[in-house]
Amino acid sequence: MTTGTIFDIKRFAIHDGPGVRTTVFLKGCPLSCWACHNPEGQLAKPDLFVRSERCNLCRDCLEICRLGAISLDGGELVLAREKCDSCGSCAEVCLPGALEMAGREVTVAEVMKEIEKDVLYYDESGGGVTFSGGEPLSQPEFLQILLGECEKSSISTAVDTSGHFPNHLVETVQPLVDLFLYDLKLIDEGRHWSFAGMSNGPVIENLRLLAQLDAAVIIRFPLLSGVNDDGDNIEQLGQLLASLPVSYPVDILPYHRIGRDKYSRLGRIYRMGDTDPPSEDKVAAAAQALVGFGLDVSVKGEAYANQ
Amino acid sequence: MPISERVKRLRQESLDAPATLSAERGELITEFYTTLNTAYSAPVTRALAFRYLLDHKKVWIGDGELIVGERGPQPKATPTFPEICCHSLEDLDILDTREKIPFKVSEAVREAFRDRLIPFWSGKTMRDMLFAEMTDEWKAAYEAGVFTEFMEQRAPGHTVLDDKIYCKGFLDFKNDIARSLEKIDDLNDPRSYDKQQQLKAMSITADALIAFAARYAREAKRLAELESDPARRTELERIAEICGHVPARPPRDFWEALQYYWFVHIGVVTELNTWDSFNPGHLDQHLDGFYSQGTANGSLTEEFARELLQCFWIKFNNHPAPPKVGVTAAESGTYTDFAQINTGGVKQDGTDAVSETTFLVLDVIEEMRLLQPSSSVQLSKKNPDRFLKRASKIIDTGFGQPSIFNVDVIVQELVRQGKTVEDARAGGSSGCVEVGAFGKENYNLTGYFNMPKVLELTLYRGRDPKTGKQVGLDTGDPGAFGTFDDLMAAYKTQLRHLIDVKVRGNNVIERLWATHIPTPFLSLLIDDCIETGKDYHDGGARYNTSYIQGVGLGTLTDAFTALKYNVFDQRTTSMAEMLQALRDDFAGHDKLHLTLRDRTPKFGNDDDYADDVMRELFEAYFEAVDGRPNTKGGKYHINLLPTTVHIYFGSVVGALPDSRKAWEPLSEGVSPVQGADRHGPTAVLRSVAKMDHARTGGTLLNQKLTPGLLTTDEGTNKFVNLVRSYFRMDGHHIQFNVVDAATLRAAQENPDKYRDLIVRVAGYSDYFCDLSKALQDEIISRTEHVSY
Repeated sequence: MTTGTIFDIKRFAIHDGPGVRTTVFLKGCPLSCWACHNPEGQLAKPDLFVRSERCNLCRDCLEICRLGAISLDGGELVLAREKCDSCGSCAEVCLPGALEMAGREVTVAEVMKEIEKDVLYYDESGGGVTFSGGEPLSQPEFLQILLGECEKSSISTAVDTSGHFPNHLVETVQPLVDLFLYDLKLIDEGRHWSFAGMSNGPVIENLRLLAQLDAAVIIRFPLLSGVNDDGDNIEQLGQLLASLPVSYPVDILPYHRIGRDKYSRLGRIYRMGDTDPPSEDKVAAAAQALVGFGLDVSVKGEAYANQ
Repeated sequence: MPISERVKRLRQESLDAPATLSAERGELITEFYTTLNTAYSAPVTRALAFRYLLDHKKVWIGDGELIVGERGPQPKATPTFPEICCHSLEDLDILDTREKIPFKVSEAVREAFRDRLIPFWSGKTMRDMLFAEMTDEWKAAYEAGVFTEFMEQRAPGHTVLDDKIYCKGFLDFKNDIARSLEKIDDLNDPRSYDKQQQLKAMSITADALIAFAARYAREAKRLAELESDPARRTELERIAEICGHVPARPPRDFWEALQYYWFVHIGVVTELNTWDSFNPGHLDQHLDGFYSQGTANGSLTEEFARELLQCFWIKFNNHPAPPKVGVTAAESGTYTDFAQINTGGVKQDGTDAVSETTFLVLDVIEEMRLLQPSSSVQLSKKNPDRFLKRASKIIDTGFGQPSIFNVDVIVQELVRQGKTVEDARAGGSSGCVEVGAFGKENYNLTGYFNMPKVLELTLYRGRDPKTGKQVGLDTGDPGAFGTFDDLMAAYKTQLRHLIDVKVRGNNVIERLWATHIPTPFLSLLIDDCIETGKDYHDGGARYNTSYIQGVGLGTLTDAFTALKYNVFDQRTTSMAEMLQALRDDFAGHDKLHLTLRDRTPKFGNDDDYADDVMRELFEAYFEAVDGRPNTKGGKYHINLLPTTVHIYFGSVVGALPDSRKAWEPLSEGVSPVQGADRHGPTAVLRSVAKMDHARTGGTLLNQKLTPGLLTTDEGTNKFVNLVRSYFRMDGHHIQFNVVDAATLRAAQENPDKYRDLIVRVAGYSDYFCDLSKALQDEIISRTEHVSY
């Protein structure tokens, strides 16, 4: 039985493609973008969220942890992550939810059961399932089986990807996917390295391959203040998209801080710090610049009115 | 479309007028009975009383009004019905000073009660008679909060008008009555006397309404003669002409149709304090012919039709529900009187009924933004999406209206209950969510029924833990139940017993009304009272339904699920420990409380473990109630709605196994327990659709949406998808509050700044600041679907 690791299934997801959708979040991502709002999706193995403010000092977790990874420091719940093997037994006994697992191993059948619950809504709305993450293509075999099962059940599929995956997967996965939601953040190789920790070579190459196959793609451009909202990057993005054999629509997603709290729960540093969301003017300027490349531009899914 | 200065002013006057108690009707009815020196049959006595009221009550035409006729001597002056429930001086003090839903009582009104009303009526009211006839068993259950009694201070009403007045005048009804009288076989029919008296009474009331309209015609004429503004003088002359024409004869145009209905409305709410006041039902369908005829022949402009409708809307808002006290005030703590105007749906022949007039009515709902009348969208699969989208724009303005009903399942419900398919299609929803065949059915809500209280009594062997009194049956020691089925069997026995108690009471109460306070005026409006010569209260209507409204299904389900999961399946706790925790209100049982709250399946998450329990409990309630005979030749059916009673019912129920602490509110309608649904709206709707709505007479589902979601086309489309999907699954009704929790909290802290904030409560909207603190908290805690 094929299994994979997911960290959430969200029903009535209405910002991840057309219609009413269910989004399945697959764990693991080769990138480590500063602004990632699902940092619990980055590691392949399950993570542990720690919320000390919920702790009722019952000490059940201290007793159950075989590795001695948990301690109470003056009422503060502390997890020594280097000792933790993510077995999940502490979260199991933590009734107030101060320790919560992010990520669990599931079978294809389990995932399909959840997906199929909302078929009627998909039918009514022209929706379907979206595989997101993490990077869903970091679990290619699991993803392909899920996509195949969806095809059998006539459920429309979308894949929300960072574009960073081995290029041979394009040909195998593309026929099973009705829509790619394709993230593009930085076009300059060096800047991408410093922001995401990896080259963007595969991202750009895979996009070209998808375009050659005439795959359905919506480009998602997260607009990150001080990171990629400068004229140079937007210019390069416009040029790249204009050079493709197919003209793909671009959806601008202005930066928000919703994911920030998760970093402290995971014991990580949020490198975006106190960065503000981009101003409306910045968003409009980016949209306007991209319109200049003849692109079909939207902001958070709403068509951008050319001014 | 800009609102005229006239309408703005009338609307503001209606909003600003304080609710006052008026002694007018009380004085008149007392005078009538005091001076009555001839013995008449009950229906004729009531008809003469009705005539006396209409002959003597004040005629009031407000400055600039286009639709005329008031229930009291002026807007928001609220009559009393001392023959039904005569308020004591203490009641008057409470009404005058209570923080929520007050009615100002002047010294003159107090005097009238003290000197004339109370001395005459004390001990002789319907309320006195009713409580005197109830058994100790009934009283014990009533006092413990197992059920409420709708007819103890208000009359059975719960009915809606069909299209009959738009093609027939009251002179035509009089002819029908005369024909029915002629047909009586006074030699062989043992009921011939009763029929003659009933029909004679109906005829008297028909004349009374025509004469009442004539008084308005005279007043309009008088005012016209005094009027210096020529435009207003023309209007008043036209009003005089209209009031001389309707209700005696069928209406000839849009204005006459609205004025005719309004006279009928005044008649119904003056005769008795019927539940749900009264309402025109499918107003857009009734008016569509007049609207298209008028606009086609040039006699009516869209602008004037709109203004007439706006004036009509304001009239409803002038009538707060008659003042309630005691349990009835707790179960229905609102000024709203539940007139629910239907829009859209299907015509009697099953075709799409959405018209230009439908959109006009929707505009008026949005422009008037009034508490009353309430409004609903009757959505059929045959109706276009643009109809629902237009409604969503009104919902997005955040005053909880209109609510949305599934016509296709309503028709199924009514047909299952025995209506013809044509009568079912001409029916709809009224009050909160209850269904009926408009113009042809007496469908009484007889009382709310506290389902979680039945579980509590089962767990305490029939003894109410709050008072120590034996209220129900001893259904055995729960500690000795070996299986979940044993527990369920005990609950079902307890449930059936307590429903028996309620029905035994209803059998008496229904006959009290039929015998002592018949309702000849309402009877002449509802088929087939004229044909059968029987009163509306006595089975004269074509269809007669008694409902017992189940409350707290979500709480009940989660409590049962918690017992099944933790005591019988996972065995994380024992029944003994559970019962001790309930007695302790979970103090010192933190782990158990958290397990019950966060580690136990809950209804509303599309989890079959809990949802299957819900289905079994739904079936148990259905089995206990549905199909029993009532005294009117009809049957009992169920519906699931709470108005505000889930707060009162919660206040009499101790801690429950779902982790709910003592005295907290119950879940409302068929909604999940507040905050227990954690998988979004598609999961909630799937869970709720697992019960068989088609076998109810109405269910109520509340959902809260974050503001802004309906402002985009994309969001609106997804909203439409969501509603259509729920209705494909045969859900009955859904309503939305579009207001964020932060705003509600701010309103709670600074009520003066948020006087105009209207929210959806339960089948109706209300001013947030008029709600009790407990209900405000409860609305804040209803899960807000942030992702949407």
